[in-house]
Amino acid sequence: MKFSLAEWGNQLHSGERTYAIVPKRRMWLTISALALLACVVVLFVRGLNFGVDFTGGNVYQVSNTANPDPAIAEEVIAQFAPEQEARISILGDDDIRVQIGVVDVSVSRQIEEGLAEGYGVDQDSVSSDQIGPTFGAEVGKKAIQSLVVFLVLVALVMTVYFRAWRMAIAGIVALIHDLVFTVGIYALIGFEVTPASVIGFLTILGYSLYDTVVVFDKVRENTENVTSQHRYTYDELANLALNQTLVRSINTSIVALLPVAAILFIGAFVLGAGTLKDISLALFVGMAVGTYSSIFVATPLEVTLRDREERIATHTKEVLDMRASGKSDVVVNEDGQVRVGALQPGGHRGQGAQPKRKGRK
Amino acid sequence: MSTVVKGAKRALIWLGVITVLLYSILALGVLMDKTEFTPGLGLDLAGGTTLILKASPTDNTTIDSSDLNQAVEVIRRRIDASGVAEAEITTQGSDTIVIAIPGHPSDRTIDLIRQSAQLQFRPVLLVGDPNVVLDPSATPTPEASASADPTVSPDPTVSPDPTANPSAAAGESVTGPTASPTPEASPSPEPSASPSANPAPVPGETDPSSYDWLTDDLLAEYKALDCTDPANQGGRDLGDPDAGHVACSTDGTSKLAMGPVELDGSDVKTATSGPEYSPGGTLTGRYEVVLDFNSAGATKFSDVTARLYGFYQADPTDPRAQFAILLDGAVISHPSVMAHITGGTATITGDFTQQEAAELANQLKFGAIPLDLTLQTKNTVSPSLGTEQLEKGLIAGAIGLLLVVIYSIFQYRALALVTIGSLTIAGVISYVMIALLSWGMGYRLSLAGVAGLIIAIGITADSFIVYFERVKDELREGKSLPASIDHGWSRARRTILASDAVSFLAAVVLYVLAIGSVRGFAFTLGLTTLVDVLVVILFTHPVLVLLSRTKFFGEGHHFSGLDPRQLGRSATYKGRGRVVTPEPQAGEASGLTLAERKAAAAKGSQTNGEQK
Repeated sequence: MKFSLAEWGNQLHSGERTYAIVPKRRMWLTISALALLACVVVLFVRGLNFGVDFTGGNVYQVSNTANPDPAIAEEVIAQFAPEQEARISILGDDDIRVQIGVVDVSVSRQIEEGLAEGYGVDQDSVSSDQIGPTFGAEVGKKAIQSLVVFLVLVALVMTVYFRAWRMAIAGIVALIHDLVFTVGIYALIGFEVTPASVIGFLTILGYSLYDTVVVFDKVRENTENVTSQHRYTYDELANLALNQTLVRSINTSIVALLPVAAILFIGAFVLGAGTLKDISLALFVGMAVGTYSSIFVATPLEVTLRDREERIATHTKEVLDMRASGKSDVVVNEDGQVRVGALQPGGHRGQGAQPKRKGRK
Repeated sequence: MSTVVKGAKRALIWLGVITVLLYSILALGVLMDKTEFTPGLGLDLAGGTTLILKASPTDNTTIDSSDLNQAVEVIRRRIDASGVAEAEITTQGSDTIVIAIPGHPSDRTIDLIRQSAQLQFRPVLLVGDPNVVLDPSATPTPEASASADPTVSPDPTVSPDPTANPSAAAGESVTGPTASPTPEASPSPEPSASPSANPAPVPGETDPSSYDWLTDDLLAEYKALDCTDPANQGGRDLGDPDAGHVACSTDGTSKLAMGPVELDGSDVKTATSGPEYSPGGTLTGRYEVVLDFNSAGATKFSDVTARLYGFYQADPTDPRAQFAILLDGAVISHPSVMAHITGGTATITGDFTQQEAAELANQLKFGAIPLDLTLQTKNTVSPSLGTEQLEKGLIAGAIGLLLVVIYSIFQYRALALVTIGSLTIAGVISYVMIALLSWGMGYRLSLAGVAGLIIAIGITADSFIVYFERVKDELREGKSLPASIDHGWSRARRTILASDAVSFLAAVVLYVLAIGSVRGFAFTLGLTTLVDVLVVILFTHPVLVLLSRTKFFGEGHHFSGLDPRQLGRSATYKGRGRVVTPEPQAGEASGLTLAERKAAAAKGSQTNGEQK
């Protein structure tokens, strides 16, 4: 049978098909915790590969050269800054990028002139980036400041909005999970960390929560009147919300990732290294992780926390007791699982469905 | 026409009015030649040099925003003086200054910017007209009196050339308007037309007020200096602290020749400004600046004022009764000393407005807390690289947009038209907003900003997905399309507002706290989040409401994206007893209907009964 996302969505909505994410939350949370631990270990063992913006140094970029030969750049560096080891790369078709350590301003100018002369271009075609060794630390410090302020504010906003601080906690844990995971992947693969990547990491903040808020909003809607019914437990309704928003999560993630992927492609393969590539790479990884966490971390954690609330614990017990005594009118699937789904109200079937008068054709 | 439709039409009209209004403002600005139709580009796109400086105090004091603003003022003056056009200087966070200069600035310019501010106190020797002194025409009399001089000064290297004196007298009309501020009490009386008495014989080589400091070279420099040239008003070089110096006042109304530096910024504790009180304790309606010296400074200042007050007592119009305060080589004030000040607290009074007094106090304070400006980064982007980056960035945006459109068509069929329309409107509004902000608050679109805009495509489209999926959910529950839209909207709106609020919060926090390119990114992200809210409320929803009234969408055409059959509904109630029942499909999903639940309950009680 042809797979249709719409039909899959229907089945998830009605509860005909369910993925037991909340019931198996112990497993998912353990997996996530282990992955997180691995990330932290990798982070400490391998460390991050900080770019020139964090270590300090000079980067030159010559655009539109007629002959992108790295040897010319090597010669120029050997002439003006012989103690420096040059990292030279070719970007696109005709751009040359040269990276060296910290040199004096006057030396830097000589190198610029030398490169312009060597490649036979106007000096205006040479871009240079001179970074002091403290700049990266400064960016990093501000980033961490922003992070802390943001977390506090978001915790307040979410607590007010959802009227449940446990939801805020779960959302923020998911957020931290996304950040650590993304940074861990950076450490593992050895992607270069630049201020632009830091922008990317910080943007994950907003996006990861966006996703989480969408799922939580559905959880809240489904469980709004949870204690006034005794058909389903809080856990089951939360799991239903998760399944019902699955299509939405997938769609929003794909749509958000598409433009990021476009920038990543252009940034990495056409422009070479630079702001665009660094931002989009961090975002690409972060958004993918964010989608995972909004499903497999945020909601399971939220349910774990909410189950500690006395009101919900009592309610869960009552529902299960009723089920055991057979007073509950829940539909039980063949595999013995209770089928949880959106309830369908009875509908009008039209005049045609009414009984016909006898003797009338 | 139902109220819903009316409301939808009204929302669309509002959107049209807002858009037209924004573009009209922009068009007006363009017509008045105040701005351009395209937003200003950051230097990483237009080409140029960006310097990021970190300001840190040289001692263990803390700096506040007024110190930083003062530093920006000083840097602006330095850059203007160096002849670089259109430099943009902004502050970021609490201690970062970002300077954007088009083109390749010279190393000298960069060094000039980096050096910390220098506050100097020099005794004034001559005050004169700001113009260049032309020897033959302007100074006939001085030459005459000059002949008398050599008798005064036996030292050949020193020539206390009285040329200066007549020119100072000629400049009297100039010192008048400057209303040169004076310490203590009233402003100094205007010097009378008569030149002051001949300079006294040289008292000693070390006396800073001695005319001995006026060497021939210095006098020539004094004559040649043109203080009507704005470049000179911004401060020239600092000069040798142990030699005489000539400089212009910052307002360009006078030029001064001065002795060696007697006090500097390290001697000043602080400076404040406030309204002036008469000795009787009533407000005089004027403003004054109070200068506090530290103990070392107080001792030095006492010596200086003792000497200068002597000149003042001898002749209140003697320029040597004044001391000049120089910030970065420009004379910011040259008050006469009207008392011997021993307590280390001086009051400068004059015809200050509140603002002028505050500015002078800030300048003094800034000189007193010298900030160390360290160059964090220097980033030069060639115009060709900038153009290439902008071009590739726009291509990336176009590809991203195309991918989103294709995916929406695949997912939502005809409903994708609403997505495309909404994205277009969002783009149109974002563009005009950026162009207007570029005009109004000097916003410059950077590469990171462009990235923010592209990423915003996805996040904006996300809010449509949240909405459409919500409507689909309502359809699945068997509501009619208008009812689904109505209900789905009230639910989705809440979700969209909550998630956008979180996104906006992130953008604001980043913008306020971060430095460098992060800000450009946060700015566009925050802006597009607001535009997203506007578009969803005033465009996406109203359009969907109107479309639901059409036959194509209302009856759930197969390609409308809102086909109830695809959403698992075999029948839709159309009202008035009519039900649309398409061919039932095999393996159709069934919900938890009342019948199913009753059957389950019956089964449950049955099994229960058996157990008993």
